[in-house]
Amino acid sequence: MHSFGYRLNGLLTFAVTILALMCAITSLSDNFNTPSPSAEIKIININWFQKQPQGHDEVSLMMNVSADLQSLFTWNTKQVFIFVAAEYGTPKNSLNQVSLWDAIIPAKENAKFWIHTSNKYRFVDQGNNLRGKKFNLTMHWHVMPKTGKMFADKIVLTGYSLPEEYR
Amino acid sequence: MDWQGQKLAEQIMQIMLLVSAVISFVAGYVLGSFQMMMIIYAGGVTLTALITVPNWPFFNRHPLNWLDPIEAEKHPKPQVAGSSKKKGSKK
Repeated sequence: MHSFGYRLNGLLTFAVTILALMCAITSLSDNFNTPSPSAEIKIININWFQKQPQGHDEVSLMMNVSADLQSLFTWNTKQVFIFVAAEYGTPKNSLNQVSLWDAIIPAKENAKFWIHTSNKYRFVDQGNNLRGKKFNLTMHWHVMPKTGKMFADKIVLTGYSLPEEYR
Repeated sequence: MDWQGQKLAEQIMQIMLLVSAVISFVAGYVLGSFQMMMIIYAGGVTLTALITVPNWPFFNRHPLNWLDPIEAEKHPKPQVAGSSKKKGSKK
């Protein structure tokens, strides 16, 4: 290699190429992680259940969300984004998914938590189908890496239902 | 740098970068720290740059023997046949 600049350029190019390879291998190492997460959601109270002026049903509820998502974290995890969605079917839509609450978990220590909260986002139906409706609550998570592939999965919790009458 | 030196510099550079990559990846994986992997790798790249990029004397152990100018004048370059331009001997 002929001159100072030539060698410096060659070195930097090779170093960056190897860096790309290291990041790829790091992302591949995430596949060796077998997570075992758990979550539990309890609906404590229905705050109110109304038919809105536009004609759509809306419900506000208080929930206890507790989860242990520590096994999702690897050395290549930047943060985990989780959200709780209500899922149910109606005559108009075979599947409705309404996001009720979400959070960002920045580190493994914060991944085992318990929170008492009302729904962060409005639980509104396209229509009047919520009276007496049975629904599932799913806890979704997206494991966002520092480099490479993002993994997403969920836990489905069944057995929830709304009251028969507005209140 | 001479030719042997250039070859040596390139070999040292490739091997040192690969070794830095392996050491930093293993260290990062075992420690569970992405940041440590990056720091160790950056250190390895800097060390490699310090060793292979500047023109150190040990890269010049097989110097080329360029012909001495006094010698060159005694053996003038042969002229191309038919050339009308005649320049004086180059100094």
